[in-house]
Amino acid sequence: MITKLLPIAAVAAIGLLAGTASAATLDDVKAKGFVQCGVNTGLLGFGATDDAGEWRGFDVDYCRAVAVAVFNDRRAVKFTPLTAKERFTALQSGEIDMLSRNTTWTMSRDTSLGLTFVGTSYYDGQGFLVRKDLGVASALELSGASVCVQTGTTTELNLADYFKRNNMTYNPVVFEKFEEATAAYDSGRCDAYTTDASGLYSIRLTLTNPADHVVLPEIISKEPLGPVVRQGDDQWFNIVKWVHFALLNAEELGVTQRNVDDMRNSDNQEIRRLLGTDGTFGEAIGLSNDWAYNVIKALGNYSEVFERNIGIDSPLHISRGLNGLWTSKGGIQYAPPIR
Amino acid sequence: MAVHEGVTGHPARGSRASLIYDPKVRGIVFQAVLAVVLIGFFAWIATNTIENLRRANIASGFGFFSERAGFDVSQSLIPYTLEMSYGRAFLVGLLNTLLVAALGIVLSSIIGFLVGIGRLSKNWLIGRMATVYVETLRNIPVLLQLLFWYKAVLSVLPGPRQGYTLPFASSLSNRGLIVPRPVFETGFGVTVIAVVVAVVAVIGLAQWARRRQMATGQRLHALRYGLAILIGVPLLTFLISGSPLSFEYPELKGFNFVGGIAIKPEFLALLAGLTFYTATYIAEIVRAGILAISHGQTEAAYAVGLRPGTTLRLIIIPQAMRVIIPPLTSQYLNLTKNSSLAVAIGYPDLVSVFSGTVLNQTGQAVEVIFITMLVYLSISLATSAFMNWFNRRVALVER
Repeated sequence: MITKLLPIAAVAAIGLLAGTASAATLDDVKAKGFVQCGVNTGLLGFGATDDAGEWRGFDVDYCRAVAVAVFNDRRAVKFTPLTAKERFTALQSGEIDMLSRNTTWTMSRDTSLGLTFVGTSYYDGQGFLVRKDLGVASALELSGASVCVQTGTTTELNLADYFKRNNMTYNPVVFEKFEEATAAYDSGRCDAYTTDASGLYSIRLTLTNPADHVVLPEIISKEPLGPVVRQGDDQWFNIVKWVHFALLNAEELGVTQRNVDDMRNSDNQEIRRLLGTDGTFGEAIGLSNDWAYNVIKALGNYSEVFERNIGIDSPLHISRGLNGLWTSKGGIQYAPPIR
Repeated sequence: MAVHEGVTGHPARGSRASLIYDPKVRGIVFQAVLAVVLIGFFAWIATNTIENLRRANIASGFGFFSERAGFDVSQSLIPYTLEMSYGRAFLVGLLNTLLVAALGIVLSSIIGFLVGIGRLSKNWLIGRMATVYVETLRNIPVLLQLLFWYKAVLSVLPGPRQGYTLPFASSLSNRGLIVPRPVFETGFGVTVIAVVVAVVAVIGLAQWARRRQMATGQRLHALRYGLAILIGVPLLTFLISGSPLSFEYPELKGFNFVGGIAIKPEFLALLAGLTFYTATYIAEIVRAGILAISHGQTEAAYAVGLRPGTTLRLIIIPQAMRVIIPPLTSQYLNLTKNSSLAVAIGYPDLVSVFSGTVLNQTGQAVEVIFITMLVYLSISLATSAFMNWFNRRVALVER
């Protein structure tokens, strides 16, 4: 119930505290000794606790990567589980330092919330999950269906647009938490469930009988997901942005968790700049020069983070698809060079 | 007063001292200082908020009310499409809140009064059943009860194809209660007029019967005649005008029922949860109100020859009401405010639609939360004002 009070607390905080927005986040983070990171309340593969209570997931690893870049300690991070409705307020009010919670980058969010999207860590699109026994093969056959959806998401709006565009009717059943929406779908309250396709694969695994459900082929929207920071703190923005690029560059250059120590002495100048053997790129963003080395040593490159959490090494088995490197795998992930 | 006269009675002390020690002047000064401090405090909060929002580049203002909403709402009392504005969505949410609050207040009052009187019953079974009901439901948090109704009762109902068929082509499934929709054809207006006429006639009859009893002592069975008028007149009119009413029956088409009126499970769960929870408190208030009237009142009434029913109606309840109404008001306010828990079970009330979806799409937390609080405050104050007026009306005039 405490989280229910968050918007009110945030409103009070915005009203009472003066000048929190302009403070340097890096200094605050260093002073308190950890990164406070907003994550999902429990989306398997992206942000969820495991049996031991440890946070795991693709988004969670982005939090850890930033913590490693700053402190060289993957445990120097505290997680705040947030619903879709709470996430931006938590970041605006300074309760968290960064948001890494499968959040879609849109213009209004980027420009009118006082927040800035760092980049696209995962290219996604919205899809539908239905029961196999409905005999539906396409989202275009969903007219008249009840659809479970989570409030405060781009999903809710795309859903409305899609059904209107195709002259279909539907009945939205809107929940604040996606666990509630999932439970309602699982109990048969809705005919279909809609969210980002990656989320559907994750949610399907948590249903009573995953084999009875199927993800429809239509992808009805663009959902570029990525970390978010507060607007107006360029240093912190650069750190989070370049941690993301470092992961991508490492994959492109073939630097992995296993070979990163050897790679430090590589003849390749690009690798030497990435790992801090040459140059002072880390200092330029307020970190140590071996920041990227630490990140890769602790978590691996983009490919390793991806496969471990949502790819072939995970129960989700999501293929790289759009998220492959542009340079080699036919995807659109592409990082500017470090030089 | 004596002190006051004493001070003014000694002009030799000088006006300064007399002003400081004048309790009236002191009172005014303190009030003024407090008012200035309070106004200053709120002004400071307001300017600080605006300044902070501006500095953090967060959009502010109330312009979003006229922007296109772009999302759908599952239940609406007024026509609503995604092309309409956020202001319209706000109205939809507000009406949904008012609907569940109003129905909840009526139903919980009925159940509460019955259970409250039942708990005082000399019948062992009725008394115990009322006690068990009150003690169980009163002591479980209302959010859990809502989730119970939604998840444990309504969600386990079968799907629309396997739903239970009820009389009049209705059905109950996990999509809710589907009932036929009455279609009023031309000429139904005459029946409506007949109903109005009948109601007016019954009220007139009751007043005439009362005056006659006061004047002559003769009692008239107004209830019997009243019912006859109330049912007979509209029914006759309806039949004579050619039964201008038909029903649109729900039909299973595709995934869901098409046609008819669908009462959503979210609404049913919320209404049931709030009603049964609040009714326990109302039952206790009613019981307390009745017990507050000393038994001597009943005995005195019997002694002058009043019958038990008349005693309850004329002696006990009027006196009990003044004990019952003030705490009853609090329960009505609680029910209204508790309806905001709807967000947990997906009912599109004000909190879900406005400070849920609208807040997120616009990102204007300060404005949205402020308006939401203002709305609940207004609803509560209005309810409170009405109950105070009602209380003054029914309160006994003591001499």
